[in-house]
Amino acid sequence: MALLEVKDLKVRVEEREILHGLTLTVNEGEVHAIMGPNGSGKSTLSHVIAGKPGYEVTDGQILFRGEDLLEMDPDERAAKGVFLAFQYPVEIPGVATMTFLRTALNAQRKARGESEYSTPDFLKKVREVSKSLNIPQDMLKRGVNVGFSGGEKKRNEVLQMALFEPSLCILDEMDSGLDIDALRIAADGVNALRSPKRAMVVITHYQRLLNYIVPDFVHVMSRGRVVKSGGKDLALELEASGYTQFEDAA
Amino acid sequence: MNVALAKTGSSRAVSDLFASAEGRLPGSPAISAARRQAFETYERLGLPHRRIEEWKYTDLRALVGEVLPLATSPDATALSKAADAVKAHAIAGACRLVLADGVFAADLSDVKAIAPGVSVKTLRETLEKDAGDILETASTDAVISLNAAMATDGVVLEIADGVQLSAPVQIIHVATAASASAFTRSQVRIGKGVRATIIESFVAAGAQAYQVNDAVIVSIGDNADVAHIRLMDDAADAVNITSHFVTVGANTKLNFFNMTTGGAVSRLQGLITLAGEGSELAINGVNLLKKTEHGDLTLVVDHAVPSCTSREIFRAVIDDRAHSVFQGRIIVRPDAQKTDGKMMTRALLLSDEAEADNKPELEIFADDVSCGHGATAGALDDTLLFYLRARGLPEKDAQALLIQAFVGEAIEQIADDDLRAHVVGVAERWLERRS
Ligand SMILES: Nc1ncnc2c1ncn2[C@@H]1O[C@H](COP(=O)(O)OP(=O)(O)OP(=O)(O)O)[C@@H](O)[C@H]1O
Ligand SMILES: [Mg+2]
Repeated sequence: MALLEVKDLKVRVEEREILHGLTLTVNEGEVHAIMGPNGSGKSTLSHVIAGKPGYEVTDGQILFRGEDLLEMDPDERAAKGVFLAFQYPVEIPGVATMTFLRTALNAQRKARGESEYSTPDFLKKVREVSKSLNIPQDMLKRGVNVGFSGGEKKRNEVLQMALFEPSLCILDEMDSGLDIDALRIAADGVNALRSPKRAMVVITHYQRLLNYIVPDFVHVMSRGRVVKSGGKDLALELEASGYTQFEDAA
Repeated sequence: MNVALAKTGSSRAVSDLFASAEGRLPGSPAISAARRQAFETYERLGLPHRRIEEWKYTDLRALVGEVLPLATSPDATALSKAADAVKAHAIAGACRLVLADGVFAADLSDVKAIAPGVSVKTLRETLEKDAGDILETASTDAVISLNAAMATDGVVLEIADGVQLSAPVQIIHVATAASASAFTRSQVRIGKGVRATIIESFVAAGAQAYQVNDAVIVSIGDNADVAHIRLMDDAADAVNITSHFVTVGANTKLNFFNMTTGGAVSRLQGLITLAGEGSELAINGVNLLKKTEHGDLTLVVDHAVPSCTSREIFRAVIDDRAHSVFQGRIIVRPDAQKTDGKMMTRALLLSDEAEADNKPELEIFADDVSCGHGATAGALDDTLLFYLRARGLPEKDAQALLIQAFVGEAIEQIADDDLRAHVVGVAERWLERRS
C-alpha cells in the first residue's frame, strides 16, 4: 500500500479552483521533488494534505496508508505521521519553544497511545538534534520563532521534523531564505532522516537543493496539476529550459 | 392609584437587610450611628445601575437584583469545610489570615506565625475598642456605603517601618454559606521602607449563589516595595464586588495584580492615589470569563504629585456569552509634571457572543507628561492555531497554549517565581475546566 495517494484532487479557495485534478503517489522510502512556477498550487497541495482550514475539496481523495486523510483533524494527521515544514513558519509570542516542542511531541504520543517522554529523555533528544542543526540552546528558550531569522525559522522546522519522527515529511521551500551553509546544514538534517520507512516530498524552485537532497522522482506542477514526472534529471532539464514548455501542457 | 402609600416588596427587603443584621454588627454607639447613616445613603441610592456613569457597563440592578441577607457566623461544620478550601488555595509559606463567611476565623489563621513588626487585628475588635475612621472613605458609591453599614469583620494589618517580610501575608476569604452575603472591610498599613507581599484570595467551600462585598483600604509609606496580588476564584454563581482605596508614598514600588477566574458577577473598583513623588505603580489584570459571567475591572489611577510612573496591562479572555469590562482612568493633577502613565488592554474573544467593553479615560491637567492608552479585541489567530494543530495539538490544547501566552503578558509581571507559578496554575485550571 502506498504511504500517500492523492487522487484526482480538486480544491477551491474562495470559490476559485486552485487544484484541478492532481494525482500523486508516494511510497515509503521515496523522496519526491515538486517543482513548478509561482502560484501553481504547491503550497495549496501541502496545506490540504496537512489539513489547513479554508480549502474546499470538491473532488478526489487523499489516502494515507489507505486511510482517508481528509476525514481527519490536522492534529490526528500529525499523530499519524504527516509533517509539513511550512514555507512561512509563524511566530508565536509567549509560547516558549521548549514548551511547544514538548507539548506537541507528547500530544502526538498520547494520540498514538504511547507514553509521554520523560523530561530528561526529552531534553537529551532536543539537545542532540538542535546541536546537529546548529541551533543554539538559548534560541529554544525564546517564543516559537520569535525574533528568529528566516534561516533560523527553517532550521526550527527541520528540528521539529527530527523530533517528531514523522513518516511523511513535506518540505515547502525549506531552501528559501537559507544561505549556502545553512542550506547544507538543513539538508544534512533532512538526509539524516531519510529512511526506508519514511517518505519526503520536497517542494522547491531550485535544483541546488536537490543536489543535497537527491530525489527519486521529480514532478512538475503547473496550474494546479502535475504535468510531468520523471527522475532527478528532470530537475536539471527544468533548470535549463524553465517552465514555459509546461504552461501549454496545463 | 396611590404609589406613595406602600413600600414595594423589594424596598421592604432592602431595609430588612440592615434591620435584621444590626444586632450582629460590631461597634460603639457612634459606629452604629455611622452605620445607620451609611445604610440610609445606600437605601436612597439603591444598587448602582447603568445610568450611573461609573456603573454603565455593570448594572447591578439588572445583573444582581437584590442584596442577600447577612450570612450567619460559621459554625464548626462550616469552619471544617472552610479549612479544606483554605488548604487547597493556600500559598506555600504564606502567613494565612482567614475570613470565613465574612468573619475572622482565628483557628484557620496562622496567628502564631505573624512576623515581628507585623500587627494583625480584626475589624471587629478595632471597631469595638477604638472607633477610628475605618468605616469612612471619600466615596459616594452606593456599594461602599452599603459596605460601611454592614461590614462585619476584616483584617487590620499593620507593617512597621523598615520590616522586610520574607513570606507573603495571604488573606483568604472563604464562603461556606449559600444564598447569603459577606461584608468585609480590611485595612492594610504599610510603613516606610517595607518590603512585603500581600495576597488576597476569594474562594468557595462548596457554597453557591453567595455575595461578597469587600472593601480594602491600603496605605503605603515611602521607599517601600510591595506586591499586592488578588485572586478572585469564587463559585461560578457568586457575586463579588470589591472596592480598593490605595495611597502610595514617595519612591515606592507597588506591583498590583488581579485575576478573576470565577463569579457570575464581579467587579473590582480601585482608586490608587500616587501621593509621593518618584513612585512606580504597576497594575496588571487578567479576566478569565465563561458562560454568562460578567467581570469588571474599574481603576482610577490618580497622579497627585510629579514624577511617578504607572503601567497598566489588562488581558481578558472571554468565552461563551461572558462579558468583560475594563474601565481605566488616569488622572494627572496640575502639579503632577513628569508623569508617565500607560494603559494597555487586550481582549481575546473565544466566541461570537462574547463581549468586551473598554473605556479608557485620560484626565490630564499638567503639560509635561507622557500618557497613553491602547486597546485591541479579537479572536485567536487561526494561522497560529493551525500551526499548533499541524504539530499534533488537539484544538482545545492549541487554544489553551495561545490563551496562556496571551494572559502570560500580564502574569509575567509578577516578580516572584513561586507566586507567578501559582497564578499560572490557577489560570491553567480555568483552562482545564473549559475543555
Ligand atoms: N487563501 C487564499 N485565497 C485566495 N487565493 C489563494 C489562497 N491561497 C492560495 N491562493 C491562490 O492559489 C494559487 C496557488 O497558490 P500556492 O500558494 O499554492 O502557490 P505555490 O505554487 O506554492 O506558489 P509559490 O511558488 O509562490 O510558493 C495562487 O494563485 C494563490 O494566489
Ligand atoms: Mg508556495
